[in-house]
Amino acid sequence: MQLTGAEIVIRCLQEEKVEHVFGYPGGSVLFIYDEFFKQDQIKHILVRHEQAAVHAADAYSRSSDKIGVCLVTSGPGVTNAVTGIATAYMDSIPMVVITGQVPTAYIGQDAFQEADTVGITRPCVKHNFLVKDVKDLALTIKKAFYLAKTGRPGPVLVDIPKDITAEKCEFHYPKSISMRSYNPVVKGHTGQIKKAVQLLLDAKRPMIYTGGGVILSDAGDKLTKLARQLGFPITQTLMGLGAYPATDRQFLGMLGMHGTYEANMAMQHCDVLLAVGARFDDRVIGNPTHFGAVPRKIIHVDIDPSSISKRVRVDVPIVGNVPDVLDEILKQLEIAEGKPDGKHLAAWWKQIEEWRGINCLKYKMGKDIIMPQFVVEKLYEVTGGEAFVTSDVGQHQMFAAQYYKFDKPRRWINSGGLGTMGFGLPAAMGVRFANPKAQVACITGEASIQMNIQEMSTCKQFRLPVKIINLNNGYLGMVRQWQQMFHGNRYAESYVDALPDFVKLAEAYGHVGLKVEKPADVEPALKEAFGKHKNELVFLDFIINPEANVFPMVAAGKGLSEMILAEEL
Amino acid sequence: MRHIISILIENESGALSRVSGLFSARGYNIESLTVAPTEDASLSRMTIVSIGSDDIIEQITKQLNKLIDIVKVVDLSEAAHIERELMLVKVRATGKDRDEMKRVADIFRGRIIDVTESSYVIELTGNTAKLDAFLDAIDRSLILETVRTGVCGIGRGDRILKV
Repeated sequence: MQLTGAEIVIRCLQEEKVEHVFGYPGGSVLFIYDEFFKQDQIKHILVRHEQAAVHAADAYSRSSDKIGVCLVTSGPGVTNAVTGIATAYMDSIPMVVITGQVPTAYIGQDAFQEADTVGITRPCVKHNFLVKDVKDLALTIKKAFYLAKTGRPGPVLVDIPKDITAEKCEFHYPKSISMRSYNPVVKGHTGQIKKAVQLLLDAKRPMIYTGGGVILSDAGDKLTKLARQLGFPITQTLMGLGAYPATDRQFLGMLGMHGTYEANMAMQHCDVLLAVGARFDDRVIGNPTHFGAVPRKIIHVDIDPSSISKRVRVDVPIVGNVPDVLDEILKQLEIAEGKPDGKHLAAWWKQIEEWRGINCLKYKMGKDIIMPQFVVEKLYEVTGGEAFVTSDVGQHQMFAAQYYKFDKPRRWINSGGLGTMGFGLPAAMGVRFANPKAQVACITGEASIQMNIQEMSTCKQFRLPVKIINLNNGYLGMVRQWQQMFHGNRYAESYVDALPDFVKLAEAYGHVGLKVEKPADVEPALKEAFGKHKNELVFLDFIINPEANVFPMVAAGKGLSEMILAEEL
Repeated sequence: MRHIISILIENESGALSRVSGLFSARGYNIESLTVAPTEDASLSRMTIVSIGSDDIIEQITKQLNKLIDIVKVVDLSEAAHIERELMLVKVRATGKDRDEMKRVADIFRGRIIDVTESSYVIELTGNTAKLDAFLDAIDRSLILETVRTGVCGIGRGDRILKV
């Protein structure tokens, strides 16, 4: 049967078992929206800004095994979406972005709402396509889904000119697909894995360091099994939290710029490092020369060869899909001769416990003023550690990562690579659609939340009972912290004068708003939000200590073990 | 070090911009870039000359391999290979310079492919060093215009880049 391009788009999404599409209509996608109107299998979520559609689709992917899809119109629809696409790209999030384009004959003529979508998005997508013939449409969408979720995942964009959505052709959706130019490696090299296993068994001061790759490939269980079997200390990046239970004794906390003292010290002083699905980013290892000055053997498991030996030379590179490689390591460990050296390991743990003993995350809490760390700790208690937590970017993000102990993967949703303010609220929407019964909290600040605050309207329309935890210090907190520490206390443009009354604002959108100013009121307010107002969006405006800082801290360009601790200031 | 990177890439619109965009976005250097379809019209062959440390060249080949449209990448400079570049030079050829120009072109096995009363166009092929040497051998003030294709290269013997 002959179908129009617009009908084909819908049929393809149905074939891919897509349940939700986040989007915003406009001229170039009207035929596609017309087809949405005629069906009820796929639910369309109307956002209030295209950036939010992309963040929501992104978090939909991050928090589930489903794939986020968004749909925006040409020109400004696309340019508004770019921040969201770049956010997903930096964190390797699988996502399919469908964009309308002006009719084929108008391309290049500076038509109304025309933008060079493929050109603009090229550096921030895994791949993109411009469909020039309706006969290519189904195959292109199939390729988009295949590319997005295989190999190192990422966003894939399909740009469809309006005339293509109106033209007709026979519909055939391919069952499977192969591309001669794209063959991601799955299995790791056996010889390399053997070498890795030997290094692990011979280690005196071993360390495991894992990142977002473990979450993305759902390898948390295998990682946990391996770490427990070896008895090695383990740390995780901001993107990797939840892959190994944070409440376990072997977990040293997050590492990096705002990592724990014990994690950073162990990372710096280990003699064998097993890095899994992580990329030795500047926020993670600090200065690479300082990091490289200590001799240690590095085993690096990653699906992307270009992540290996990019910032740090490694000794045993293993390219492969993380769960497959971990399986093979576990198998090789069983047949390998020898066990980890118990005596050395015990001495190493003794050293680590000394580092842990300084209790680097302690903070002073008075009776009168709320500390942000306290709010996150109380949130953890009130939600029983079971909430999905999204965040924006800044101090609150670091406090959330440090003080909310994630025991399960895909529960901590934040923009790690790009560091996108405005991510948190739309992300919380995506999480809730992917996990309709889950408790969802968005930890944010008064600056970040205002970058996509219009989405409170979307939350009302779709009855999304997100709890917004606004850590309100009146400052762009992280900017202010750097200005205090590195720019002579000159708070240039980091004070946010004229804040709205968030309680009234929440009420204006039809939600519940609560202002909390006393430490004693923190827990009752959270209980009220998650109890009495369980089914409503609650905006909790916590007025916190305006000068609270995030510690420990590795200053930009410094070595990982050169941390500034809270009491040193 | 100077490397010659050969690429087989799907012959699709925008493929070139994916490659050039990668180089500019990551701050890699391009000395020259040539591209044209192969005997299989669905594939283009691209030759890029780049200068960088071993680490950088390793990253370049890895990053290129990551581009979805790229089918194969080979660093030709890793083993025996041949490289050629074509140059057209328009020179002033009057008086005593006319004979001298012809003589130097002959020495470099160049061909004069256009002649007017006052100028020649000389066609020259060879590796980059040879073309540079020719320009150094003639009187620079006589050069009116030069155009070069950039390097294309191929492996020697059994080294074959094919799908």
